[in-house]
Amino acid sequence: MIKTGISLLFRATIILWAASFPLLISCGKNDNSGEKKSKKAAIQIKGSDTMVNVAQAWAEEYKKIEPSVDIEVSGGGSGVGIAALTRGTIDIATASRNMKTQEIEQAKKNTGKEPVEFIVGYDALAIYVHKDNPINQISIEQLDQIYSENGSITRWSQLGITIPGEKNDKIILISRQSSSGTYEFFREHVLQKKDFKLGSLDMNGSKEVVELVGHAKTAIGYSGMGYATKDVKMLSIINSAGQSPIVANLENAQSKKYPLSRSLLIYTLGQPDSVIKKYIDWTMSAAGQKIVLENGYVPMLATTQQSL
Amino acid sequence: MEQDLELEATVTNPPAVSAIPKQHSRMKRKYWVVALEKLFESIIRLCGISAVIFVLAIFFFVFREALPVLFSGEFSITEFLGSTKWYPTSSVNVRYGTFALIIGSFSVTILAMAIAVPFGIGAAIYISEFCNPKLKETLKIVIELLAAIPSVVWGFIGLTVMSKLIVTYTGAIIGVNLLNGGIILALMSVPIIVSIGEDALKAVPDSYREAAISMGTTKWQMIYRVLLPAAKNGLLAAVLLGIGRAVGETMAVLMATGHAVQLPYGLLDSVRTLTANIAAELGEAPSGSDHYRVLFLTGILLFCITFAVNLTADFIIRGVRRK
Repeated sequence: MIKTGISLLFRATIILWAASFPLLISCGKNDNSGEKKSKKAAIQIKGSDTMVNVAQAWAEEYKKIEPSVDIEVSGGGSGVGIAALTRGTIDIATASRNMKTQEIEQAKKNTGKEPVEFIVGYDALAIYVHKDNPINQISIEQLDQIYSENGSITRWSQLGITIPGEKNDKIILISRQSSSGTYEFFREHVLQKKDFKLGSLDMNGSKEVVELVGHAKTAIGYSGMGYATKDVKMLSIINSAGQSPIVANLENAQSKKYPLSRSLLIYTLGQPDSVIKKYIDWTMSAAGQKIVLENGYVPMLATTQQSL
Repeated sequence: MEQDLELEATVTNPPAVSAIPKQHSRMKRKYWVVALEKLFESIIRLCGISAVIFVLAIFFFVFREALPVLFSGEFSITEFLGSTKWYPTSSVNVRYGTFALIIGSFSVTILAMAIAVPFGIGAAIYISEFCNPKLKETLKIVIELLAAIPSVVWGFIGLTVMSKLIVTYTGAIIGVNLLNGGIILALMSVPIIVSIGEDALKAVPDSYREAAISMGTTKWQMIYRVLLPAAKNGLLAAVLLGIGRAVGETMAVLMATGHAVQLPYGLLDSVRTLTANIAAELGEAPSGSDHYRVLFLTGILLFCITFAVNLTADFIIRGVRRK
């Protein structure tokens, strides 16, 4: 009698144990989806390091307008954000480059949905050097020779530049990690898809590139225009021989006269649902574009004209 | 020890349990005890076995992810191990050469050990032989604190404090380089070397010391001729565990070494290590792509290195125990 009772109890415990696991998991899931519909919606944003500041600022500002929506922003690089989107683990990927066809295929294969692209602003990719470097302008051709795998320029003297107070004038190349959209953009538009010279210091963020250039007199680096500090200067770019150098600034980026201007993009999987759609519309509104401008990027033409 | 275990086993056996005097209250409790005991036994066993299961599962997973690329035809193992050209995302010519990364890992580790071993063993000798008990306790606590600092904090120190010091004192243009990574890694492995080295020295019986001193040796002669040879294996194990830590470290070297794929020709050149490379690139590599698989392959390479180091350390420690 007691024996059967014990074994029953024993079994019951085991069954309870076993049952509790899937129960717990499903509980968690139900809670989440329930929350999304009823009270709090969460938007997960991941991607471009170039855009992480502006995405963060958007999220903070949007929280004031729409407190019921939780927005989580993280960086890692456009490639990281797009990879996460193709796996369906985030809602919005920010990117400073376009999605590649194979990435779109991947997204379709994994999630069955096609990524949708939105342009939310523009940026000029600036070429940074230390403020004590006497150089003021550089051509795309020279940049190619400096940065590409078999490029011939390795010293500042080859450009006719002497850096005050530095005997060793080897150019220190500052680049980005390969998951960066900035890296890909630079490779496509400056190196014409050739490979980078090995030995560059590959930084993990837009800000780090500028910081390092600010500390190293013989360094050169590329990063978003919004990250400029007082220790560095931006070079004017000569698109092709004989043309006049173009300064990296707001107007030149907006008119696309500046050769290294690019779109800031966000991607969603399929047409976004109402919560996300509302958020995206807001980022493109005058209020959202004001934040783009405040962070050193270039707002979209139409909206700035409205606000001007 | 084994006899003890057997004794315990017989106690928990059902016949032994039934030998307990038959009282009603006891009766009731007895079955509870048996059931609970069995339950806990199976849970504890599961915990014990889980370590083995986890290791096997990790093995299986890493190999499953990496192996297809080995047979893909385009991949060549000689290029993988011998080439310095690491172009995993190239749009014209993808090349997977990890030689520069392997050299990067080794050079940082060797430099770290060159700094940490004399420093760590010296500290271990001081703590175990020279300092008074009060100071000894303080030092041990502080060194354990040093071991508890997260690696990302070390990386941050390397990136901010150490890089500025290096620029000021060596005249290097960039402060994040091999030297920086080596120093940071050395600081990280010193606590391990000190605590294990100190244990090894403590394990040398006092009779050795007494015998040496009574023979008229100075303290230094006693340490050099008697203690160090006697504690040799333990000290070697300490060093190898330090190496294990240094080879496997990721975050700190990612931040401190400058992350440049190149063969270093001097202490002030930037390098990239295998671990840092995986950390930086795995997030973006589309799962299932060649890049992804090659990163797992570098993981296996790393696994082999740390496994060899840890196994050697283990054998050496066993050697100590047998003595």
